Amino acid sequence: MLVLIGILIIIAGFVLRFNPLLVIMASALATGLAAGLDIAAIIAAFGKAFNDTRYVSIIWIVLPVIGLLEAYGLQQHARNIIGRMKGATLGRLLTGYLFLRQAFAAVGLTSVAGHAQTVRPLVAPMAEAAAEAQSPALTDDEREEVKAHAAATDNIGLFFGEDIFLAIGSILLMKGVLEGYGYQIEPLHLSLWAIPTAIAAFLIHGFRLRRLDRRIRTIGEGGA
Amino acid sequence: MITLGHVYLLAGLVFALFALLGLTDRSNPKRFGNAAFWGLVATSMIAGDWLGDFGNGLLVLALVAIAGTGQIGRAPGGEIPIDVQATRAATHGNFLLLVALIIPAVALAGTFLFKWLPGLADPKQATLISLAIGVLIALAVGMTRLKPPLLLPLQQGRRLLDSVGWAAILPQMLASLGAVFALAGVGEVVGDLIGTAIPQGSLFGAVLAFGLGMALFTMVMGNAFAAFPVMLAAVGMPLLIKQYGGDPAVVAAIGMLAGFCGTLMTPMAANFNLVPAALLELKNPYGVIKAQVGTALPLLAVNIVFIWLFAF
Repeated sequence: MLVLIGILIIIAGFVLRFNPLLVIMASALATGLAAGLDIAAIIAAFGKAFNDTRYVSIIWIVLPVIGLLEAYGLQQHARNIIGRMKGATLGRLLTGYLFLRQAFAAVGLTSVAGHAQTVRPLVAPMAEAAAEAQSPALTDDEREEVKAHAAATDNIGLFFGEDIFLAIGSILLMKGVLEGYGYQIEPLHLSLWAIPTAIAAFLIHGFRLRRLDRRIRTIGEGGA
Repeated sequence: MITLGHVYLLAGLVFALFALLGLTDRSNPKRFGNAAFWGLVATSMIAGDWLGDFGNGLLVLALVAIAGTGQIGRAPGGEIPIDVQATRAATHGNFLLLVALIIPAVALAGTFLFKWLPGLADPKQATLISLAIGVLIALAVGMTRLKPPLLLPLQQGRRLLDSVGWAAILPQMLASLGAVFALAGVGEVVGDLIGTAIPQGSLFGAVLAFGLGMALFTMVMGNAFAAFPVMLAAVGMPLLIKQYGGDPAVVAAIGMLAGFCGTLMTPMAANFNLVPAALLELKNPYGVIKAQVGTALPLLAVNIVFIWLFAF
């Protein structure tokens, strides 16, 4: 029971908005001590895991390219493209991106898009431009909401597309765990059962994007 | 053969250059903290395999000490003015789009190429290696045509990284915390607790506990992968599959997706939820989570009903 103290520290730390790096370290130390490990062993275990998961932080090498392209006007260009397209509303744009992200992830192409590669340089400025076209008096809060929805749409498309692919990590994990209990399940069988949820995710999030689109539009018309 | 080690070397070089450029930026009062922080990240990338477990742990403690005492921050300004961007966009527009698409296109092509032609690169890391190659090609193409000042990509990249700040290593920190939790047996304790809290004799009650448990435990751990084995052992296997005869494929597949609904609602999944908020320079660090809750909750309910309908 005592090892759950780490979870309490994490929750309290996030709620009280302490620096998350400090909170994580405190939680790791408290959990390790509660489990009877000594400090040196906890630090070594944390260091080993940190070294093993460096691949998570590789994505930042795209920043010089994004920085170069943005300095030469990539975000502006993304906005201009939306400005030229007559039917490009906020709702249609993000729903289209949701569909593409799910479809690519479903065939295993999870890294072709993402927050650093596509959302910041392309999708977010496009969504902002579409919202501006619909509502000329867009407030800062609405602008924030539109950008947040661009990132949210990327996550939802990824999460509820990737499990349709046979060889994704989570499918292999499930296969491995079930095998441990003596159940032989084909990856295809697991991935097929991801399809109903993928469709539900598209319908639910698509509906919410439509409502966001309507709301931005109504504000625009009311303000004009 | 190209391995992940080469990619770490490249990443280390990029972080080292960010650190050096940061050190020379006299407009930033926190330049020493920034240089130390990114310098340590560079050290981890380049030399992590030689530092030993305890050495890496000390490196992490130093990172936490620098960021936790507020020693890193970004200098104001440095953006290219909007009107300059607009003029340049008018001349270079579609070329910029093309360069932006080189990275995903190379990541895609390389993933297939390295699997067909083994020996060129480690096939298990094909996508990450291809991503790095895509970055180098995109940079070379962009530099050749646009002819910017030599350091401009690094200076602008550093500005973007400084606006993300310590959140850049948050995902790696949380993954490491997960390892300590696993070592301390946190999962088993949570699993036992949830296992004893389930009402006996109610199929729907058990399905509900399994789905909610997956989502909640994923929110705590920040990762459905950590929650899955625990919840399957505590509820999925003994009750849903063994006692009620549920289809293991449905219980596992849709249970995992119920966990993904939890991922959408937690700051612990930093790379999906907090990092993009920093990258898009949102005022509210929880803005992305706020936008996702409205989809995650109904979808969680749908997943629970799907398990109930399809597994039995």
